[in-house]
Amino acid sequence: MPAALTENNDNLVRLRGVVFKRGDRAILDGMDIDIARGKITTIMGPSGTGKTTVLRLIAGEILPSAGTVEVDGQNVPKLDRRALFALRKRMGMMFQTGALFSDLTVFENVAFPLREHTKLPENMLRDLVLMKLEAVGLRGARDLMPSELSGGMARRVAMARAIALDPMMIMYDEPFTGQDPITVGVIMKLIRLLNDNLGLTSVIVSHDVQEVSAISDYLYLIADGKVVEHGSPAALKKSPTEWVQQFLNGLADGPAAFHFPAPDYAEDLLAGVASK
Amino acid sequence: MTEWFRLVGARSLLFVERLGRGHLFLLRMLAVLPRVIGDFRLCAAQMYSVGVLSMQLIAVSGLTVGMVLGLQGYNTLVDFGAEQSLGQAVALSLVREMGPVLTALLFAGRAGSALTAEIGLMRVTEQLPAMEMMAVDPFRRVFAPRFLAGVISMPLLAAIFSALGVLGGVFVGVGLLGIDSGAYWSQMQAKVDIYDDILNGVIKSMVFGVVATWIAVFEGYDALPTTEGVSRATTRTVVHTAFAVLALDFILTALMFGGV
Repeated sequence: MPAALTENNDNLVRLRGVVFKRGDRAILDGMDIDIARGKITTIMGPSGTGKTTVLRLIAGEILPSAGTVEVDGQNVPKLDRRALFALRKRMGMMFQTGALFSDLTVFENVAFPLREHTKLPENMLRDLVLMKLEAVGLRGARDLMPSELSGGMARRVAMARAIALDPMMIMYDEPFTGQDPITVGVIMKLIRLLNDNLGLTSVIVSHDVQEVSAISDYLYLIADGKVVEHGSPAALKKSPTEWVQQFLNGLADGPAAFHFPAPDYAEDLLAGVASK
Repeated sequence: MTEWFRLVGARSLLFVERLGRGHLFLLRMLAVLPRVIGDFRLCAAQMYSVGVLSMQLIAVSGLTVGMVLGLQGYNTLVDFGAEQSLGQAVALSLVREMGPVLTALLFAGRAGSALTAEIGLMRVTEQLPAMEMMAVDPFRRVFAPRFLAGVISMPLLAAIFSALGVLGGVFVGVGLLGIDSGAYWSQMQAKVDIYDDILNGVIKSMVFGVVATWIAVFEGYDALPTTEGVSRATTRTVVHTAFAVLALDFILTALMFGGV
């Protein structure tokens, strides 16, 4: 794989030869990924191919068995806890479920990182939280508890919380899964708006082809622990690879077989008759 | 036969490994404890849910246990004409044994299981990883304040248990069975020693506080992040705390009051 994968050489995140093993099984097996600064990059792939693992590696939550993970020039696996926490203050992450603190109101959830990491006076903190909530359209929901929110609203609050410390990048783990079309539209719009208006770099992990094709600047398609294809959404649509076409068009059968490996069908049925 | 040995070996290894994880967990909590004491608000909030909300159960239990002790003690003592010593018997049983031990067992059922379930569910709903992602240490923000709250609350709850138990004894002994009030209180005063009895009881409940809260918080932290995992962890908290408290009680009693 070439050293520079994207046309833009100003990369915020660089993964090189990353291997991640769980037991003897390699979840990621020599993965190279570049995330360009200021762009929305999406990592796509079938369920269970280690998409979320990539995010957790970037965040330093888990360590690779081999390879380097660089974020803004720092090799994440080599950082000590203090340096890692300093780096994480510059990263936001939206978890699949929102992961809001269930004992705090919407306002306090967004205020949480500010209270923990800054000593702002209460009135300034209030203004900042309201600005973040206004950005996701939920200023009016500030006094609600997380249990009173719909799934989509919870994700929007999580977005507001992720941008509370004005990070350099934000990571979204499956932001569209299980949402109605309107919510999906709202989240798509917000990802694009926040990225462009706040000068963020966004990384999305998703398998919702239509949605991410519409908002991403660059796509990575991964399977079996490796990058299968990468490029702009338009370039990927024209990919000659059969597997890429199967994935992007959602075909039931193709290189990824419909059937789980099994002995011959007729023989299998006849074996049942013979044993009677 | 080899299979049996293998099974025993595997189980033992798992047990030792878990014990090691539990101790590392305790060390990490102790390491951030000074900062938690420095910023006491989080611990105070936890003392409310762990301690204050357990008070009702502890108070009612203490009162009834004291009443039963009064009744049973009277029935035994009256055979020897020693019913005047009822105050002493009730107070010593409560302060030395019943107070610390029963409080710890009730604490495990009321507050310990709640702590485990809360922390376990925080894992299930990704709240702990989210906190880590925001560069906030869950040991400082979640585990250590709860641990400290439990350790502080336990002796206070045990004191409430014993105090109400003594009153329960008065109610039955003096109020219903007609023992002289002066004899009840003076016997108690003369025979209960502040160091030998009360201080040892307080030390016991402090040890139980450490062990019960440590188990509860660790079980939540170590729970499998599934519904079943949390449910099992909650059960383990109550069972393990009961075993640990009863075993430790024997050891502490042997050390403090001798005779073994």
